[in-house]
Amino acid sequence: MAEITVSNLRHSYDGDLSDPARLALKGIDHVWRDGGAYALLGPSGCGKSSMLNIISGLVRPTAGRVLFDGRDVTELGPEQRNIAQVFQFPVLYDTMTVEQNLAFPLRNRRVDPGRITRRVREVAEMLDLGPMLGRRAAGLGAAEKQKISLGRGLVREDVAAILFDEPLTVIDPQVKFDLRRKLRLVHETLGLTLVYVTHDQSEALTFADQVVVMSEGEVVQVGTPEELYERPGHTFVGHFIGSPGMNFLPCALEGGRIVFDGGSLPAPRGLAARPGGALVLGIRPHGLGPATDEAEAVPARLIDVEDRGAFRIAEIAIGGNRLRMRVGERDWLPADGLRVAFRPEATLLYANDRLLEDAHA
Amino acid sequence: MLKIEDNRAWFLILPVFLLVAFNAVIPLMTVVNYSLQDIFGPGQRAFIGVEWFRETLRDPAIHAAFLRQILFSGLVLAIEIPLGVAIALTLPRGGWKASAAIVLVAIPLLIPFNVVGMIWQVYARPEIGFLGQVVNALGIPFNYTGDPLSAWVTILMMDAWHWTPLVILLAYAGLCSIPEPYYQAARIDGASRWAVFRYIELPKLNGVLTIAFLLRFMDSFMIYTEPYVVTGGGPGSSTTFLSIRLVNMAVGQFDLGPAAAFSLVYFLVILLFSYVFYTILQRAGRA
Repeated sequence: MAEITVSNLRHSYDGDLSDPARLALKGIDHVWRDGGAYALLGPSGCGKSSMLNIISGLVRPTAGRVLFDGRDVTELGPEQRNIAQVFQFPVLYDTMTVEQNLAFPLRNRRVDPGRITRRVREVAEMLDLGPMLGRRAAGLGAAEKQKISLGRGLVREDVAAILFDEPLTVIDPQVKFDLRRKLRLVHETLGLTLVYVTHDQSEALTFADQVVVMSEGEVVQVGTPEELYERPGHTFVGHFIGSPGMNFLPCALEGGRIVFDGGSLPAPRGLAARPGGALVLGIRPHGLGPATDEAEAVPARLIDVEDRGAFRIAEIAIGGNRLRMRVGERDWLPADGLRVAFRPEATLLYANDRLLEDAHA
Repeated sequence: MLKIEDNRAWFLILPVFLLVAFNAVIPLMTVVNYSLQDIFGPGQRAFIGVEWFRETLRDPAIHAAFLRQILFSGLVLAIEIPLGVAIALTLPRGGWKASAAIVLVAIPLLIPFNVVGMIWQVYARPEIGFLGQVVNALGIPFNYTGDPLSAWVTILMMDAWHWTPLVILLAYAGLCSIPEPYYQAARIDGASRWAVFRYIELPKLNGVLTIAFLLRFMDSFMIYTEPYVVTGGGPGSSTTFLSIRLVNMAVGQFDLGPAAAFSLVYFLVILLFSYVFYTILQRAGRA
């Protein structure tokens, strides 16, 4: 177990750091706390897999350092780092039995055979692989194979962290749920540091204590799933997390009010200095609602309503802006004269894509 | 269910049927026909049953050629398969170096068989060939026209030079198809280079090596042109392989009946061996 620190991590696959726009990682500082369950979330090509491979030592960063419990391991290969990694597709030693697969990392490290047997049994027990220890690994299903990959990481008692690179991609949806729960259980039992790379937000939000959101080689926000949802620190997070994502309205501050095309709202009291840069108002679909008789409501035009089962998503236009509003199944929407209320605590302001803290409208 | 009788189906397969008949079935039946008759000259023949087959199976010269052939194929496989895999492992993966390496490796495969024979015939000559001169200069007597061991060494080297590239290409293709995470996982598991070969690369090469093994077995068991050009089956009959013996019978002595019987037995032996090898290799892959 270990606390993993990356400092000023920059990486380019051709080794050339001169053009910042082309870097896979653009100067990342982050601490993965010991025993934390982290999800590393971002769209394809955002650098999350590069980050993972740098932590495990498969890739050497072009610049920057990786520390395990304060010890510099940047120059060490994966075999010297005591790290375990589970890949997108199950990696197995086809000719070996399940037991031999699990024992392989220990055999390579010349662990005493008695201890290997004991340890393999423990891990197999934990992952429900006990009954199939004698079987050939090649013939098993994808879920079992991924469990074996995980087990090969868990057998090493001194393992510093377990890294997952989209491990549930090839697993059936029903089995995914079980496997994710198993993973949480293992995490709680062993208290290992887990880093879980995924582009699937629901996977990240259900798995992790802390979610690290990456975009274009940068960490844009670190927070609990709730923080990411309620207070996205960056417009990208608001847009990427949630289905549908956050609504954004270009706006300006005029005379103590937030003014946008089609309406205005009172400006937040806490807004100290007048922020520079392009100002944008962000609000989640559930922060909007049809107004009953509040004064601060904005006229809107209903365009379309989409049924999502337990709720509906209404597409509305305010001035030239298109927004999505979440409404209950029974809420009545007037075809004409619709007025929309913005819940004050859900109305956030962004300057240059960054959240203005203490700026509830 | 209503069954539709439509004989046009036969008409539609006729072209393929004729093609197969003319290029495989009819020639083969001609050989079968010859193998059962004694032919004295045009229009003079007698049906003699399985006499030629009996003779083929009892012929000491064929027995000797058969044993020679087994020894030769065994040596070819023992040399070329491990050598091919070893070279494939050292080739660069990706980039212009990989392309250059593949082209260089494949060159011997592009040379006509009798030219390969000519090259080695000259190259290994003790009086004018580079190889022959160097080996003799080192104090090792080497003369493939007089010494059976020299002849065998020359032919084996020639075959390894000519055909190891095929094994290299197959093994290389197999290696290139192994996904990168296997190597990454092995590094994380602390596997040695040998363990990576033994538990990842070799199992993944099983399929292509089965093919390489069968191709090299069949081709080496049928080898004719190259040794014929180099040694002509000599010195004595020390490099007279089955097909050289067969050509001597059919063309040299014009014994069409015995040669036909011999051909059929030869064909069945290759078929049988290939089947047995294939079954064994498939089992080994699964176990």
